[in-house]
Amino acid sequence: MKKTKVEKAAASSLAKRNLQKFLNNKLAVVGAVVLLLIVLLSVCAPLLTPYDPLYIDVSQKGLPMSQEHPLGTDRVGRDVLARILYGGRMTILIGVVSALGATLLGAVLGCVSGYYGGKIDKVLVYISELFQCFPQYLLILLLVGLVGQSTRNLLVIFIATGWTGMMRIVRTRVMSLKEEPFVESCRANGIRGLSIMFHHMLPNTLGPVIVNATLQVAGYILSEASLSFLGMGVPDDVVTWGNILNAAKRLDIIQTMPVLWIAPGLAIALVVLSINFFGDGLRDVLDPSSL
Amino acid sequence: MTRDDIVLEVKDLKTRFKVGKKIVNAVNGATFSLKRGKTLCIVGESGCGKSVTAHSILQLLPPVGYIEGGEVLYTPHTGDRPKSLSSMKRSGRAIRSIRGKEISMIFQDPMSTLNPVYTIGNQIMENLRHHEKISKAEARERIVRLLTELGIPEADRRFDEYPHQFSGGMKQRVMIAIAMICNPNILIADEPTTALDVTIQAQILELMQKMQQEHGTSVILITHNMGIVAEVADDVAVMYMGRVVEFGSLRQIFTNPKHPYTRALMRSVPVLGMDRSQELASIAGSTPDASTVFTGCEFANRCVHATDRCRNHFPEDREVEDGHRVRCFLYEEEMKQ
Repeated sequence: MKKTKVEKAAASSLAKRNLQKFLNNKLAVVGAVVLLLIVLLSVCAPLLTPYDPLYIDVSQKGLPMSQEHPLGTDRVGRDVLARILYGGRMTILIGVVSALGATLLGAVLGCVSGYYGGKIDKVLVYISELFQCFPQYLLILLLVGLVGQSTRNLLVIFIATGWTGMMRIVRTRVMSLKEEPFVESCRANGIRGLSIMFHHMLPNTLGPVIVNATLQVAGYILSEASLSFLGMGVPDDVVTWGNILNAAKRLDIIQTMPVLWIAPGLAIALVVLSINFFGDGLRDVLDPSSL
Repeated sequence: MTRDDIVLEVKDLKTRFKVGKKIVNAVNGATFSLKRGKTLCIVGESGCGKSVTAHSILQLLPPVGYIEGGEVLYTPHTGDRPKSLSSMKRSGRAIRSIRGKEISMIFQDPMSTLNPVYTIGNQIMENLRHHEKISKAEARERIVRLLTELGIPEADRRFDEYPHQFSGGMKQRVMIAIAMICNPNILIADEPTTALDVTIQAQILELMQKMQQEHGTSVILITHNMGIVAEVADDVAVMYMGRVVEFGSLRQIFTNPKHPYTRALMRSVPVLGMDRSQELASIAGSTPDASTVFTGCEFANRCVHATDRCRNHFPEDREVEDGHRVRCFLYEEEMKQ
């Protein structure tokens, strides 16, 4: 398929305008850069540190910052920098996967609910209200207690309790899209309901969905950290920032080895902040009502 | 006139809307027929049931609407056994295979009948490939040819553009392309030019006529514009309060309107070269609420010829001359003689 110059110009002008919009939001750019940097650091962890984040070396415990251990070691002799770098992998992965799962589930249910209406809609809305009535942490703690601690269980629980907001966003959007003439025109062309729902309506809801999903990543990273800090998140043998914090949860460590809690705390704060700034920038670009 | 000439026959169609506990009689026994390769115009004022009639043909009614009675018979080819569209399941496979392929629709507002997130080529392609097994390259070629035929310059380039890059008139051409790409037997156009400006209106109508002649499509055109009717119609159905009050050929309706409503409608249209001092006639009163239950002719309380009989009895459909049917008591005497 050959593309002419004019078409390229038209396509690139839209992309350019969107990029310009994004670049105008300085905080969003900073957020994007910091986020990218953190992700890169985590992904390249094996290249940046020679230590195994789980290797316990009692002879090296409680070392201060040094050339060998840039952030020192913890009280069982694990390298803190290695733990932070490797921990970022799992933490970000949990955030992204839960947000994706919750978004997917919420979007599909919202689509079905908004499109069919009637009884299906009522039941789904009731279920989502039921979830929203419980304090979310209590629900998560309860479920973790029931099914036991593991990364997979945590992901399932996050997704199972987190789809309601997305469902509501998509549902309202689909309900208003249902009255659009292009949907009627699809029906007049004999296109199936399922295809209208997922192929024609869903892409029209993507703007707010993407923004919300981004912000949800930050939310899940925080949730994971809090749960792991409480000792109810992922098991101890998985390195996450929350688990590093959990290990630093002792009065003498808080006083004598501040780097053990400052480093993971800072990492969490940085990631959450940068994701939120980035999400705000995305909202500016994807929301057609803002110029 | 033999039966075989008729591609679509609507018999005593009744469509209801259930709004809360109230039942609205949107279409109240509409009867008309569409001849193969010809254009039928359905005229009437706003809210008379024109659009609902058209939507009922393909069962494209909102959830609260349903067909209560009557029949829609569709004869795909001369000599085929007619299919009853009204007895098909609402969004079942049978009716879906007819929608967009054998009977397609064009809507009023081209600005919002295209999905903003897909290129126009994509959307025409979807309809084509939904109904016919054909490769993407072949489909593209066919679509570009049709778009060129429809007067879209540089069709090959515009194939990959999004709806917001098109003007209203161009969008309506794209809509016509979507409707015509499968070579349908019947094209239902629901006020296709209302949202366009006058010069574009003429172009779009011309295009539709050209398409009709080249592909032998039968057209149902819904409009309230008498000028358009005079321009394109072969047959005319005049609707009032969900009923077809008069049905006949263009000549019969325009030179010899029988129903008092049709006559009043004709008098209320300005004609070029009309005397300045001449006042345009208007129809007294206003359209009754659609949920009103009538005991007699719906037009009686606005009609200058109305008698007590009109108010208390329903007039029958009568053929006053060949193919010209009127629903009015005035012509009963005439018929008896």
